[in-house]
Amino acid sequence: MTTNISKDLLLLMLERMWRIRHFELKLTEMYNAGEIGGVHLYIGEEAVAVGACAAMKDSDYIAGNHRSHGHPIAKGANLNKAMAEILGRIDGYCKGKGGSMHLADFSVGILGESGIVASSVPVATGAALASKLQGEDFVSAVFFGDGASNQGACHEAMNLASVWNLPVIFICENNQYAVTTSYRDTVAVEHISDRAQAYNMPGVLVDGQDAIAMYEATAEAVQRARNGEGPTLIEALTYRFEEHSLGLEKIRKSEYREDNEIAEWRRRDPLDLLTKSMVESGTVTQAECDAISAAAHAAVEEAAEFARNSPVPDESELYKDMFFSEMPVV
Amino acid sequence: MAEKMFMQALGMGISEEMRADPKVFLMGEDVRASVYGAATGLHDEFGDDRVLNTPLSENGFFGAAVGAAAVGMRPVVETLTSFMWVGMDQLVSQAAKMRYMFGGQATLPVVFRAVMYYGGGSAAHHSDRSYPVFMNIGGLKVVAPGTPADAKGLMKTAIRDNDPVIMFEDGTLLGTRGEVPDDPDFTVPFGVANILRPGTDVTVVAIAGSVPHAVAAAEEMAKEDVSVEVIDPRTLVPLDKETILNSVGKTGRLVVADPAAKVCSAASEIMSIVGEEAFWDLQAPMQKVASKQVHIPFAQSLEKLVYPTRDGIIEAIKKTLG
Ligand SMILES: Cc1ncc(C[n+]2csc(CCOP(=O)(O)OP(=O)(O)O)c2C)c(N)n1
Ligand SMILES: [Mg+2]
Repeated sequence: MTTNISKDLLLLMLERMWRIRHFELKLTEMYNAGEIGGVHLYIGEEAVAVGACAAMKDSDYIAGNHRSHGHPIAKGANLNKAMAEILGRIDGYCKGKGGSMHLADFSVGILGESGIVASSVPVATGAALASKLQGEDFVSAVFFGDGASNQGACHEAMNLASVWNLPVIFICENNQYAVTTSYRDTVAVEHISDRAQAYNMPGVLVDGQDAIAMYEATAEAVQRARNGEGPTLIEALTYRFEEHSLGLEKIRKSEYREDNEIAEWRRRDPLDLLTKSMVESGTVTQAECDAISAAAHAAVEEAAEFARNSPVPDESELYKDMFFSEMPVV
Repeated sequence: MAEKMFMQALGMGISEEMRADPKVFLMGEDVRASVYGAATGLHDEFGDDRVLNTPLSENGFFGAAVGAAAVGMRPVVETLTSFMWVGMDQLVSQAAKMRYMFGGQATLPVVFRAVMYYGGGSAAHHSDRSYPVFMNIGGLKVVAPGTPADAKGLMKTAIRDNDPVIMFEDGTLLGTRGEVPDDPDFTVPFGVANILRPGTDVTVVAIAGSVPHAVAAAEEMAKEDVSVEVIDPRTLVPLDKETILNSVGKTGRLVVADPAAKVCSAASEIMSIVGEEAFWDLQAPMQKVASKQVHIPFAQSLEKLVYPTRDGIIEAIKKTLG
């Protein structure tokens, strides 16, 4: 991992990765304490969203999926609001109406996470369509899984983006399983990125544990998109360190993943890899990295307190936001 | 004011709004050639960037319309009711739910134009009258004009509206004619029913393609000195229930004519509202004249048995009179 990315950007990436990691460790703690229900953890995959979002601006858009905390935090979401949303509180991003799978912050280009697998892929494509039709220079990116890559919506959107030459980046987070099903059993090609050929767009296979590689691949795709050269499919090969969601630990027993496979991937922890590369290249000291982690930890603790102190939405909220203007209750 | 066909009126509504607002654009399968008629001339006037032929990918381009709307454009999507099933996930999971689910952050000014062909021997896959499904989902405005003037006025309101709207364009009405205002400022508001014919004895609420049958039934009943009030709700979400309840308060008798299949139809909902809120005004059991609960058979001998007719409405009116 050698790079000419600025030190500031590297530090920002490390900070965001730690924010995601501590956020989800906190969620695990809260889950174990019975404070929240099962959520999908991104632990192990942080480099994908963080590297990608570091290559985008606030005015660019992203959309994502049910494994939903990493994408918004990577794009700069506010931890307090994200945590409050997961607790179903009024100060959450969606006033408690979205919950863990539907974090969104339109103010920093987060068009929202979707619980229906692959459903946000066409939506992100539409944001790119708006950019092109209006002659704007913003781009959009969408994160989806290996499982999602088999959905029709995904194929339709990629074809559409290519024939219309839209500034969109399709980022497939290939964590190699859809719940318990290996992509080797469901994907007919060797690499998901190979499918790009069918849509006449570049397909790039990236080490998803390597934040810098993710940044570089995305930066190139963003550049192409802004230059009017159309969409890119990036396959980020990665691994989720935990089970499909909190509460599904029991499916471990089905042995769909070998213990040594899990151990091997855990040795490639994206936070360790980035830290090590920065320390070894002399960009930062280990102490600076530790301070970043500690600050992220403190921010997460504060977010948990903020969320716990936020009221639950009261009955007056029930019918709000169904429509742009209030409509009579039927 | 000039006499126009329903289909032309729809096109007038779209083109006027496209002229007025550069953020409005039309997309759909074969829209440049205007295969379904209402987009005639739009490609010539507005060009490639504002009239987009899409691939055959309803999930893909319905979703793209939602995404474009989410970042500020005002897409108008043309499709057939029967093809909406293919793109249902985008209509339900995204268009209908984004605003609520994201706590009001998403504003989605998108119009889905659902051309509703039925009655012409198109069989089960091309004859859907699916608006009740979308009334049930919530978060979508459901519009079903019954006259050419309303077709234009409601189309303009739909395009200016900041919520996702589904415009059900009844195929049996596309060739009907009526006076349509040329005025580009003419619009028809959502949630305001149209009393097509005032009356005092029986209220007939008629939806979309049932409107002309209801008017014809009322004319026939007039010959027998029965005064029928015909109401076209025009928009099903939002529904102008006040106008319906006031009418029933006056007549005490209700017939609802609805081309949708009768189970959980728009008629079912209207009758349920009247049952809940105006039961003591009723002087006779309410009557539902909806389509039979079957898929649409190809054979004309069978298909003609399915939909509400003038005579069916007359029979129902007579039933309420005892
Ligand atoms: C359309 C749809 N089908 C099924 C599900 C249930 N489900 C939720 S996540 C998931 C697996 C998704 O796998 P992948 O896309 O690889 O994402 P990952 O969970 O691995 O991040 C499934 C089957 C769903 N949410 N949506
Ligand atoms: Mg997966």
